[in-house]
Amino acid sequence: MSAFNAIGEEREIDRDEFTPGVEPQPTWCPGCGDFGVLKSLKQALPEVGKTPEEVLTVTGIGCSGKLNSYLDTYGFHTIHGRSLPVARAAKLANPELEVIAAGGDGDGYGIGGNHFIHTARENHDMTYIVFNNEIFGLTKGQTSPTSPKGHKSKTQPSGSAKTPIRPLSQSLTAGATYIARTAAVNPNQAKEIIKEAIEHDGFAHVDFLTQCPTWNKDARQYVPYIDIQESDDYDHDVNDRAEAAEIMRETEDVLNEGTVLTGRYYVDDESPSYTQEKKAVGEMPDQPVAERYFDEDAEWERSYDLLERHT
Amino acid sequence: MAIYSKGFRHGETKIRIRLAARPLISMSDDELIWRVSGGSGDGIDSTSQNFAKALMRSGLDVFTHRHYPSRIRGGHTYVEIRAAADEVQSRGDGYNFLLALGDSFARNPQEEAYYGNEEIKPLSENLDELREGGVIVYDEGLLSEDDIAELDLEERAEENGWHVYPVDLRGLAKEHGREVMRNTAGVGVTAGLLDMELEHIEDLMSDAMGGDILEANLEILHEAYEMVGDEIEVEHDLRAPEGEHDAEQALLSGSNAIAYGAIDAGCRFIAGYPMTPWTDVFTILSQNFPQMGGVSEQVEDEIAAAALAVGASHAGVKAMSGSSGGGFALMSEPLGLAEMTETPVVLVESMRAGPSTGMPTKPEQADLEHVLYTSQGDSQRVVFAPGTIEEAYEQTRLAFDIAWDYQIPAIVIYDQKLSGENTNVDVDFFDREVSPDLGSTLTEDELKEAAHDNSGKFKRFNYEDAEDGVASRSIPGQKGGRYLATGNEHSPVGHISEDPDNRVAQMERRLEKLEKIREELDEERDSTQTYFGPDEAEYGIITWGSSQGAVAEAVDRLNENGHSVKGLSVSDMIPFAEREVTEFLESVDEAMVVEMNATAQFRGLMQKELGRFGDKMTSLLKFNGNPFEPAEIVEGYEVNLADEDRQPEAQVRIEPAAGD
Repeated sequence: MSAFNAIGEEREIDRDEFTPGVEPQPTWCPGCGDFGVLKSLKQALPEVGKTPEEVLTVTGIGCSGKLNSYLDTYGFHTIHGRSLPVARAAKLANPELEVIAAGGDGDGYGIGGNHFIHTARENHDMTYIVFNNEIFGLTKGQTSPTSPKGHKSKTQPSGSAKTPIRPLSQSLTAGATYIARTAAVNPNQAKEIIKEAIEHDGFAHVDFLTQCPTWNKDARQYVPYIDIQESDDYDHDVNDRAEAAEIMRETEDVLNEGTVLTGRYYVDDESPSYTQEKKAVGEMPDQPVAERYFDEDAEWERSYDLLERHT
Repeated sequence: MAIYSKGFRHGETKIRIRLAARPLISMSDDELIWRVSGGSGDGIDSTSQNFAKALMRSGLDVFTHRHYPSRIRGGHTYVEIRAAADEVQSRGDGYNFLLALGDSFARNPQEEAYYGNEEIKPLSENLDELREGGVIVYDEGLLSEDDIAELDLEERAEENGWHVYPVDLRGLAKEHGREVMRNTAGVGVTAGLLDMELEHIEDLMSDAMGGDILEANLEILHEAYEMVGDEIEVEHDLRAPEGEHDAEQALLSGSNAIAYGAIDAGCRFIAGYPMTPWTDVFTILSQNFPQMGGVSEQVEDEIAAAALAVGASHAGVKAMSGSSGGGFALMSEPLGLAEMTETPVVLVESMRAGPSTGMPTKPEQADLEHVLYTSQGDSQRVVFAPGTIEEAYEQTRLAFDIAWDYQIPAIVIYDQKLSGENTNVDVDFFDREVSPDLGSTLTEDELKEAAHDNSGKFKRFNYEDAEDGVASRSIPGQKGGRYLATGNEHSPVGHISEDPDNRVAQMERRLEKLEKIREELDEERDSTQTYFGPDEAEYGIITWGSSQGAVAEAVDRLNENGHSVKGLSVSDMIPFAEREVTEFLESVDEAMVVEMNATAQFRGLMQKELGRFGDKMTSLLKFNGNPFEPAEIVEGYEVNLADEDRQPEAQVRIEPAAGD
């Protein structure tokens, strides 16, 4: 018998269940792209059969970090850049949980960049949504790792001398097994991509373009956008790593020139997730470790049984 | 035979059995302090471990001390084993038997190079501390006659009454086909010169190896052993002491004890990043957890390591992480997150000499303030500083108990010395039940009865119903338990709140936990402070952590020498053992605080916590990378408290009392 009966519960799920009664209305600015992420999650979660209490939403710091204030699941609003190590440990502790991590582009590609690389390479079975608005919003408009070269801000008064991060290419190189880009202005695509990401068995990275109407007015609102799966101009095999790399490069090249390419870039359904790998080498039990603490019949190993080597 | 007692409190009577006084520099056979030296990578550590075990199996109490450089191949290293019939709790003063094996990876000497002649160091670096009348065995197959001549060894031996036995250990090993066996040859000669039986050494070798390798080693062991008497004429009196144990013994390090304490506390998750000396605990648990249904994660950095421990604990597993100073610095933010979100977690900090990379393989107690105060905001954590192998086990378990009962991070602070030193402990000491209890965590049934807001969100941080400051927690996946955890200040259901009344209520509730923990430690549990010496003594020596053993022995000797001294070793750093330390300080005229750092951090903590006694406390500080020897504390006391008009000879610093 499980101690976590919200997990896998079969019942009708109302979309409103994901709206917290205590804080139903977000504090994001009118026109903020973050609403798009929240909406797509509220739609996607019931459609993939998830109830609020079997989901753990782990966020970083920034406007995006408020996501779990406005999405009624178990939530952990952590520290700047560290949503991924917290989230993946929760998944290791209880692999039955649905774990979603989220944060901004500064959070995930800047201060938390190291964790992004390693969580992707280890292929933890979770969804990672990066709210990419090419700016630091909550601290009032500083240049971020995805800001275009030449971007002027209070902290880069002469324009940024740095080339922006290539989040999709970096994700592919690091080892993510589902990589997509969507935009707040394309809610239908966003919902579908989030659903696929949740259902993917491995590290699913969604670079979510979220326009910032307050601090990044100069940037386009990511319209018009092109869905590379729908457009006749693009036809790449999402399972082919080399083709994915090629189109990611193009997508990143043209974004700051005004062409917004979105869609699924890379899907690897073959590689085992980290939990599967770890179980295969014998370093993780079949039953979730978290269950054992509630199992009154569990037998616990003692250090006393290790002493022979010391005598 | 205990010369100090655990958990002994004032007002209780305790009968102590005392040993007959022994001379400060003892050359009789009541103790052996064997030092085996060589280069890093020459197998000194494993050779010494086996020899220590053999001595333990022969019925002796043992205590080891490791000295090594931050280097994989080459560089002078030694292990010292102190063995006697009665409890040994510290390294001794100097030593009486040197087996110098030579450094096979030594750098070539060059005139301008600061490192000098590395090849000769296993012999030359160890001469100053060898006691009068001591024994030297060196490998003349590795050390040239010219080198030896340069040391004036003959002259010095004559002056100090040393007995020098040059033996071609390397040549002997080569004859048997494998040069690495010179360590075995050295052990054989040692056993011969000490008139020890070979039985236990043979048994241990049989446990560790097999086939041709075992046979060759046994052969060379015997050959070397029999050289004594045949080819080597014995001219010294030192013999292996004899002893007997009442119960079966195990040889363990502080790192073993911490790891085993964690296992028995039900910890089944560890995340870490390698760093000396913390790596030992991480390694031991990583090797054992797979067979125990646990999970170990080596991750990208220490920020991640501590964040993983927090994440795993949040999801319902008893979890830990740890590091040494530099890595622990990176854990500051996750530690603060655990404080604010009231996520139980245990962190261990294995100190080494700082600042920065400092001296990676040398002990120091200079991270105390770092561990007490790192991370922004008011500290809301528990810190224990064990001083012995047994305390390391007990206090690690205690840290887990407190962390999960009170939902608070608990830190065990120790150092390179306690981490790596081995001593024997009764096997029965570990015969305990595991305590996997999650403390103040609710089950789904209990959650049904718990307070929720109107929208059904669990009041995880409900200050109105909290008991002892503790509001019960739920675990993700439980029905009826959803809430938000956040590093921001938050309302009862965990949502971000900057309401002043809520802020004050939440802050006071979190701090109340520390008061209640102090009450529990004072009233419901055995004291974690350790006392030694007579109750009625006029003077005190106060210490913390791994300096305890040397202080205990020094107190004993000072009393034998007619001084009136007692000692206190403090473990409870946060919440501070205020009552016990106050009682102790009130009962003495003056106290000397002994710690391994340069700025008297622990004395500063006592003054901050107690707000008085500044004019009663002086300091004896050591920060040269080597732990205290008992004689240095005896000397510090004589110079300092007994006001003898001289400067200490040891490389220590004496700090006067405030206002002096």
